[in-house]
Amino acid sequence: MTNKIRLYFSSISENEAFARNALASFILPLNPTLSEVNDVKTAVSEAVTNAIVHGYPDSVGEVEIIAEIDGNDLHIEISDYGVGIDDLEKALEPFYSTRVESERSGMGFTIMKTFMDDVTVISKLNSGTKVKMSKKINLNSAR
Amino acid sequence: MKIKYNLDKNTLNISLVGELDECSASRTRDAIESLINGVSGIVKVVFDLSLLTFMDSTGIGMFIGRYKKLKSMGISTFIKNPNDSVEKILQISGLYQIMPRV
Repeated sequence: MTNKIRLYFSSISENEAFARNALASFILPLNPTLSEVNDVKTAVSEAVTNAIVHGYPDSVGEVEIIAEIDGNDLHIEISDYGVGIDDLEKALEPFYSTRVESERSGMGFTIMKTFMDDVTVISKLNSGTKVKMSKKINLNSAR
Repeated sequence: MKIKYNLDKNTLNISLVGELDECSASRTRDAIESLINGVSGIVKVVFDLSLLTFMDSTGIGMFIGRYKKLKSMGISTFIKNPNDSVEKILQISGLYQIMPRV
């Protein structure tokens, strides 16, 4: 099966639950395990939260999600068109956060990398950030 | 996100009900803070996560913040009953090193 969706929404934190639940619904036809659904929900929540909190720190902008299913492969791209990441290498380090004072753990990218098979981050200052993630879903589909 | 609690001798049990993400974290933090400030004589806080259906890394930041506050008051902090997905995040983050699972 191949399938594709594209979502646009405002960078407000109420949309974090919408985004992760929309992606959970999108992968349901693949008959994923509960653990796979939770992995995808968590990774999407992390990337969308980053876009909202760090991509648009002082404004409301647009967050875009493109998701594709190709056989058992799930590909997700989450983009913002905000301020971009100044030091991407540092941002990818566990526990690094530019906002420690507001109780950010700095674990977002680490969790994305743990829960998905592959994570790539592309960022350009004042242009925005794109997170590309992929994961094989329900490889034992003979169940 | 809702918070339920009960006081058992000198242990404050706090149950988190719902989803803990960036959207709900500050309200959750404020509710826990006012709860802690409203009781006296406690030596132990146990967060019961059996009804926490979703948590991302924002939850880790929230727990570390509460741990620091409680530690400064001489109160130890524990976690119990996380679901599998929350457990995975708690393990990866190393939170159990400061807030052991009971």
